[in-house]
Amino acid sequence: MKGNFIDNLPKVYGIYTGGFIGFIIIMAIAEQMGMTAKAIGIAFVAFTVFIYALIGWLSRTAQADAYYVAGRQVPTVFNGMATAADWMSGASFVAMAGGIYFKGYGYMALLVGWTGGYVLVASLLAPYLRKFGCYTVPDFIGTRYGGNLARFSAVVVLTVASFTYVTAQINATGTIASVALDIPFQYAVYVGLISILLCSMLGGMRGVTWTQVAQYIVLIIAYLLPVFWISNKMGAGFFPHFMLADEVARIGELEQQFGFVKNAAADLKSVPKGLAGITKAHSAVNATPWAFISLALAMMMGTASLPHVMMRYFTTPSVKAARKSVGWSLFFIFLLYSSAPMLATLSKLSLIDPNLPTGIIGKTFAEVEAIDWYQNWNQANLMFISDFNGNGTLELNEFFMGGKAVVLATPEIAGLPYVISGLVAAGGMAAAMSTADGLILAIANAISHDVYYKIIDPKAETAKRLLVARVLLVVIGFAGATIAAMEIQGILGSVIWAFDFAMSGLFFPLVLGVWWKRANRQGAIAGMLGGLAAGAWYLVWVRTGGSGFLGITQLTFGIFGSAVSLVLMVVVSLMTAEPDKATQKMVDDVRVPSGKSILGRSH
Amino acid sequence: MSNQQKHWEKTRGLLFITLAIWFIFSIGIFLFGAEMNEVTGPFGYPWTYWFTCQGSLGAFVILIFWFANRQEKIDEEFGFSEREDE
Repeated sequence: MKGNFIDNLPKVYGIYTGGFIGFIIIMAIAEQMGMTAKAIGIAFVAFTVFIYALIGWLSRTAQADAYYVAGRQVPTVFNGMATAADWMSGASFVAMAGGIYFKGYGYMALLVGWTGGYVLVASLLAPYLRKFGCYTVPDFIGTRYGGNLARFSAVVVLTVASFTYVTAQINATGTIASVALDIPFQYAVYVGLISILLCSMLGGMRGVTWTQVAQYIVLIIAYLLPVFWISNKMGAGFFPHFMLADEVARIGELEQQFGFVKNAAADLKSVPKGLAGITKAHSAVNATPWAFISLALAMMMGTASLPHVMMRYFTTPSVKAARKSVGWSLFFIFLLYSSAPMLATLSKLSLIDPNLPTGIIGKTFAEVEAIDWYQNWNQANLMFISDFNGNGTLELNEFFMGGKAVVLATPEIAGLPYVISGLVAAGGMAAAMSTADGLILAIANAISHDVYYKIIDPKAETAKRLLVARVLLVVIGFAGATIAAMEIQGILGSVIWAFDFAMSGLFFPLVLGVWWKRANRQGAIAGMLGGLAAGAWYLVWVRTGGSGFLGITQLTFGIFGSAVSLVLMVVVSLMTAEPDKATQKMVDDVRVPSGKSILGRSH
Repeated sequence: MSNQQKHWEKTRGLLFITLAIWFIFSIGIFLFGAEMNEVTGPFGYPWTYWFTCQGSLGAFVILIFWFANRQEKIDEEFGFSEREDE
């Protein structure tokens, strides 16, 4: 191939996409020829992970700016894809459609929150931080406000938020690896971890960027193909996003007809942990405005404070490109997020509509228990039925399912070939791996660049800095995997907490750093540490039986944390001296795209 | 007022407009979620339901591209856009 790698990107990824589709077709043929379901699952996960590892190896580097910011030459659209993969976690891929399936409108606040945040990223932060020329988010805080304490506080907030998030992602890679490769979860977690490290260790941000683009392509094919296929197979419409209104209305009708019967507590005890029944309306508004808005708001402000997202925009060639790139990121995220409610609708209707051949409500228990897919997913502990009222037929309130089953089992229920299930496993793996990579890299880079290089040993040579960065990457990865192996919380809970922690400590120090010249070091430190402490206190208080106030729950504690952060930051800043002339000049320079970046190309 | 101050004033103006539109699609609509859901919206879905699963999300995508273009114009107007080879 002629020319340099960057110019050839469309061609490289075009060939890659074609190759992947070819692989799917080969697997489909192999299935027809008698390849077992298990072998297909292994082939999908092993093949894709091998490709990512290869990209990771090809992207190895010994230069600081390539390791930290991919040499700042990632084109707009490709950075958008990488950000989308970085952003969409195992939770988005595996659990989101399930959440919508069970909780309906109230849950969909997350869809609005996890997309609307990008407007804040584009307008308030990303272009300015790109102009700044920092390697990490604490790099901005440390330079804008000055002093090691400010820098260190930012590292603390970053680590708390990102580490909360990363354990959930390693957990998700472990879950998928354990199902697809058929090995125990405790070992699968480490298989997942090694796959993650293969992408990031040699090439740092450069390696992660090019693997994330590859992972985005796999995950979006794996998500959209089944949605379109199922919709067509059910006769619901060839383009589900525009054509499922009748299905949504039909679910409403069936809900009316069946009613939401409340089960007795004693009956519910027999249901395996983690499974739930349908207890909330599908499309009706079932949350108070504040419950919906507060959750969406917390997720939006959290989005704008999460360092692993923000650092993706440090890799674009220019400020202008950083802005456009945020738009592309959201476009690529939109493709998946707008499909999740469609999948939830199709999945729910195919299970509960007695007029459809796949519907199980209203059938006798003997009939349902004889269905192949029911047996498989019941064995996998993701489906359960029990005849509470003893009438012999299955009622809506007697059917229980795990949240993951909506994505994992719907293709099988709809009668799609197993090759699709293998593809979905590969997609889930790609989603969890790409997010885990971004997060581990964000933490390791902050500690190696901001704590080790900027605070402990400013004279360290590049080779030594990068060695420290890589050692930290492995250490943090193993720490995350060890905690993930203990299986403390569910995937989604800890993801939402990460957003709340990030917004508690970082949202206002970042935003005011650009938009309020008067903000100074003392104010920023008070805002970061005070906000984080207040948010953490509120979480612990509510978790230990506290009643909370203003309807702020353990999922939205960041609203309280960030409010405290704002007040502290403004009050303390105004009580202390204003920033010196040099700092004010720095803020002025950040506000215009032209001219040199504040920090040098290599620093 | 210096050139840079004027540039920043316009930039801030654009930010307020952007945030106002953002507010409508992320918060405003959902203040009246229950009432609006009674109405049939685009493609036959109930209004609020459609906004949570597609409408607001799509509006954000368009809003960011619109914002980026406007900001580029402002930067050009005051001579602050980047040189291509920087």
